[in-house]
Amino acid sequence: MIAALTTPYVAWWALVPLITFAVAGFLLLTVASLVRRLPAVLAPAWTAVAGLGVLLYLVPMWSRVGRDGADSFLAGTVGVDRSSIFVTGILAVAVIAAALISRDYLPREDLPGVELYVLLLMSAAGGVVMASANDLIVLFLGLEILSIAVYVLAALHLRRIESQEAALKYFLLGAFSSAFLLYGIALVYGATGSTNMVRISAFLAQNVLVDDAMLLAGLGLLLVGLGFKVAVVPFHAWTPDVYQGAPTPVVAWMAAGVKAAGFAALMRVFVLTLGTYVSDWRPAFQVIAAATVLAGAVVAVVQTDVKRMLAYSSIVHAGFILVGLQAATDRGNSSVLAYLAVYAFLTVGSFAVVTVVSGTGDASHGLDAYRGMGRRHPALAGVFTVLLLGQAGIPFTGGFVVKLGVLAAAVDGGAYWLAGVAMLAAAVAAFVYLRLLVAMYLEEVPSGTETSGAVPLGALVVAVASAVIVLVVGLVPGPLLDLARDAVPVLVAG
Amino acid sequence: MVDLIWLVPALPLGGFIVLIFCGRRIGEPFAGWLATGVMAGSFIATVAVFLDMAGRSAHDRRAVVTLFEWIPAGDLSVDVGFLVDPLSLTMCLFITGVGALIHLYSVGYMHGDAGFPRFFAYLNLFTFAMLMLVLGDNLLLTFLGWEGVGACSYMLISFWFTEPANATAGKKAFVTNRIGDWGFMVAMFATFFTFGSLNYVDVLDASEAGTVAQTTATLIAVMLLVGAVGKSAQFPLYLWLPDAMAGPTPVSALIHAATMVTSGVYLLTRVNPVIADAAGWVPDLIAWLGVGTALFAATIAMAQTDIKKVLAYSTISQLGYMFLAVGSGAYVAAVFHMVTHAFFKALLFLGSGSVIHGMDGDQDMRHYGGLRRFMPVTAGTFVVGWLAIAGVPPFSGFWSKDEILAFAWNKSPALWFVGLLTAVLTAFYMTRLMAMTFSGESRYADERPGEEDGGAAALRADHTPHESPRTMTAPLVVLAGLAMVAGFVQLPFSSSTKWLEHWLEPSLYSNEVHLGIGGGTQFLLAAIAVVGGVVGIGVAVAVYVKARVDRGLFEQAIFADAWRIDRSVARFMGGPGRQGFDATNRFDERVVDGAVFGVADVVRRLAGLGRLFHSGMVRTYASGIGVGAVALITWFLVRSTL
Amino acid sequence: MSDYLRNWLTLVVFGGVAVLLVGAFLGLGSLVRPSRQTSQKAVVYESGVDPQGDMWSQSNIRYYVFALMFVLFDVEAVFIFPWATRLEVYDVFGLVEMAIFIFILALGLFYAWRKGLLRWI
Repeated sequence: MIAALTTPYVAWWALVPLITFAVAGFLLLTVASLVRRLPAVLAPAWTAVAGLGVLLYLVPMWSRVGRDGADSFLAGTVGVDRSSIFVTGILAVAVIAAALISRDYLPREDLPGVELYVLLLMSAAGGVVMASANDLIVLFLGLEILSIAVYVLAALHLRRIESQEAALKYFLLGAFSSAFLLYGIALVYGATGSTNMVRISAFLAQNVLVDDAMLLAGLGLLLVGLGFKVAVVPFHAWTPDVYQGAPTPVVAWMAAGVKAAGFAALMRVFVLTLGTYVSDWRPAFQVIAAATVLAGAVVAVVQTDVKRMLAYSSIVHAGFILVGLQAATDRGNSSVLAYLAVYAFLTVGSFAVVTVVSGTGDASHGLDAYRGMGRRHPALAGVFTVLLLGQAGIPFTGGFVVKLGVLAAAVDGGAYWLAGVAMLAAAVAAFVYLRLLVAMYLEEVPSGTETSGAVPLGALVVAVASAVIVLVVGLVPGPLLDLARDAVPVLVAG
Repeated sequence: MVDLIWLVPALPLGGFIVLIFCGRRIGEPFAGWLATGVMAGSFIATVAVFLDMAGRSAHDRRAVVTLFEWIPAGDLSVDVGFLVDPLSLTMCLFITGVGALIHLYSVGYMHGDAGFPRFFAYLNLFTFAMLMLVLGDNLLLTFLGWEGVGACSYMLISFWFTEPANATAGKKAFVTNRIGDWGFMVAMFATFFTFGSLNYVDVLDASEAGTVAQTTATLIAVMLLVGAVGKSAQFPLYLWLPDAMAGPTPVSALIHAATMVTSGVYLLTRVNPVIADAAGWVPDLIAWLGVGTALFAATIAMAQTDIKKVLAYSTISQLGYMFLAVGSGAYVAAVFHMVTHAFFKALLFLGSGSVIHGMDGDQDMRHYGGLRRFMPVTAGTFVVGWLAIAGVPPFSGFWSKDEILAFAWNKSPALWFVGLLTAVLTAFYMTRLMAMTFSGESRYADERPGEEDGGAAALRADHTPHESPRTMTAPLVVLAGLAMVAGFVQLPFSSSTKWLEHWLEPSLYSNEVHLGIGGGTQFLLAAIAVVGGVVGIGVAVAVYVKARVDRGLFEQAIFADAWRIDRSVARFMGGPGRQGFDATNRFDERVVDGAVFGVADVVRRLAGLGRLFHSGMVRTYASGIGVGAVALITWFLVRSTL
Repeated sequence: MSDYLRNWLTLVVFGGVAVLLVGAFLGLGSLVRPSRQTSQKAVVYESGVDPQGDMWSQSNIRYYVFALMFVLFDVEAVFIFPWATRLEVYDVFGLVEMAIFIFILALGLFYAWRKGLLRWI
């Protein structure tokens, strides 16, 4: 008789967000298969409620982790700490926002209704896995769950050839970069004898490798794979094309959710697991961060398509987050988390506005569509103004507070030149946002543009709520900064 | 009463909010009256605080009013609070006072403009930002105001954005100012990591206590100087100001003469302990930069034909005087000149606006002449401004300029001599402006070169120039009165008549240089300056009124051409053979556009290179990833123990 | 150079020799042999049948759907076989896990069926 398997300890309470997203997705798919004609409002409402439920559940979870400390389970492959709760919260917000924006987007584009929401929930589940992975393999699993759903999401606009193109490009390059990531994991495993982050970091802390070539090569490959997901130079090239082509609500999710999960993974892998090798990877991070902020800002200047413009601006933001991440200190980590939170609001709000302006066919993304918007849609233009000023990092917006945070973290670590470069890039990038503002307020409505009708409710709610939050964070940043400070990522052995 | 200080910026902010949301519903002229009303309220609040402060003893004249904690986390704690001290109150007084007058003037000037409520909304927003700049109790708030005034000035310059030239000028101002902002940001970070705080009170007290290394103080001072040079349009970042004249004239008066451009001087005055701690060459640099700009801009002003361009270069020149004062350690004189300049230059700008209004938008002085008959009030008040800026006693400009020159002599006679030369030139070009505009024959109906037949001239003859409405002339009269008497707040006769100096004492710690020259010398210097001014006026009268001397002698092409920096730059950069452009155009295209859009061009070209990479081809992107991967692995392998 | 890398040096040497040898033989051949191109020789070899049409021909989307279905069941089998051999060890836990796994896969199939993807059009 063979001894029965002892199942590992599972902290079910910590899996609730993951299970909620996954089960909500499956249920939605089941219902959609059974019922021919679903009420149009059901799927978005369902998705938003799932997101909201997760968000609410995170509150007791946060205090429980604060009381009992971080936990690790499933044989030490999954860990839950406050940073993973924080990132899960960002993901939930992004899910809610994307669902609300999609509510009016899909009927307008005459697209079938349910797949987007199902895939969104799946993708979010993958993101949660990434944010709480304690094992490189689990991290990879989460990344693939997240990514594959997003590849399909990018292709969802059936009648836009750009959408198909974007999905194919994203898929090919994503698969390419996944290979790098997997090879990196293999090399790290070869060097340390484990894929478990806790064990890797313990191994590296106790042993000095005589030959660390394999480990360091693995480190480089991990950086390639994760750098692709968060879109930093030189792994960023897909971003503008994909952002331009993919349906706008999906772009909102990609920019806010995928990036948050990707940076959470970068933080777990590099800062926590490979922290002992910080002197080796920090210079690489610094160069990449500098190249990212500069390239993103400079190329953004010449864009004429607003979605591409925002894509490059998201690249600049990624560079800024990297500026905070390379510090590899608690201060750096909390600045990264705060940045991710504010950036999520900035970006979902901005893309909500873009969704509205793009008009039927998701095609009007030129500056022309924004000219004279201050007169045609004063409310929407005002909200967009706040969001753009936030992206530019103007004082009294959340964008300023978090930019200051990452710069302070960098300067704290002695990376003066990097902070200088980042400030320079911020100055260049400000020009991009300014151009949009000028188009909205100071330029004539081009003749022949029909005045678009009422602003759809879902997008309006997202845009207004984001703008308000960005302003509130700018005025009273204390609570957010405190949350981010408390959300220290830790690795706990299972 | 000090607690009332929040009202000062809050009122314009409220005005802005009301106007931006319901401006169109309020409409003309009530939007203008509302904006003017809040400015007047703000002025009254300032006066109330001022009266309270004035009654206190010197060491009591500094209060920090904290509104709320802004960024409390970590070791960076920034509050939103106001530093109420003599320096900031002095600034507030003339910002709100002159501001209210300019608002009133604008009600008449902007009459009938489609963007009437929007204009006043921006004006109010600008005033709010300017007040935050001077009142903020930390560098960050000042920076916020700094950016705010920049953005507002940008919006107001390109207010008539339908003309592409105006929009371009706005962009030019914006881009040039970014250089200055960069300096400010670096200074701010350096300050924070040196002092652990951004609050003026902490920074200045620590600096005054001498706890700062000289190198650090030098870095901060130089970076702040870069910021100040950008904002106050000093050489070489002066390029945007002449172009900024594209905006409506009240904007030029408020932003580009009285308030925003002086914020650089304010900033340097505010951080005077840091400058005192910096290396000795920093004040020298400030002084020479200032006096050099003053002379340079004055020569250019001599040969301009656009009335607003003359005044713009004159403003650059006068700001140079203020920098000279700061560099000479004469902070009181700097503030003094800032106040008098705010009065007389606002007066001159508003007067020129009135002239332009009367001439139906024509800004070319060659078309003016004999206008005193048509607009007596404007002409009369303009005379006051002219005498004040020319340094004729007892008008205000004389006293402040004289004080600066005395301190310049104290520092180095060479500085004094250049300053004196500038004063002579100032008297000359202002007299030229007066002569061409108000005296002599009327030329508005003359035929102009380039016009085919007399039709256009005949058409103009029906449009006699007219005096401006009362909303415009009333501010002129008030400002003329102020320009006449403002000098009396600081009379150099004895310590008891130096009222401004005693008032400002708590803000300047004890960094004000002591004048080491006797009363006799001082009197002699003043006398020489007056004689110089009279000579300048006399020569200009001989040239432009009596026409005894050929005006070409003074209106050298090199001046009209702004020193042909363009040509030297072109020779330096692109070699000879690129000089066949029209003289004025060349300046604009080569130097201004070259400098400003050169930056933009570099960015654009880099972006073009970057765009090559974004071909849309998956293989290109994949190769990018591949190359990045190879580079990363190479790096990591180099770091390894291979 | 470390021992670790020296081990790899053998591989590099062998690899180099292999490339060199193959290159040498092929190069020698191409130098020696006569080369007379005719259009017949350029035709694609298609197992003796004359090739038809372009190389870039499209295949019907229906095949794609069925390929996908095949992958679906294939993956299912890959997981079910090892589970089946260790059924007792995994006990109820394994049963539940596999039920969830099959449910998710079946859900996909069900959805595809309801969408009408399984019909041969």
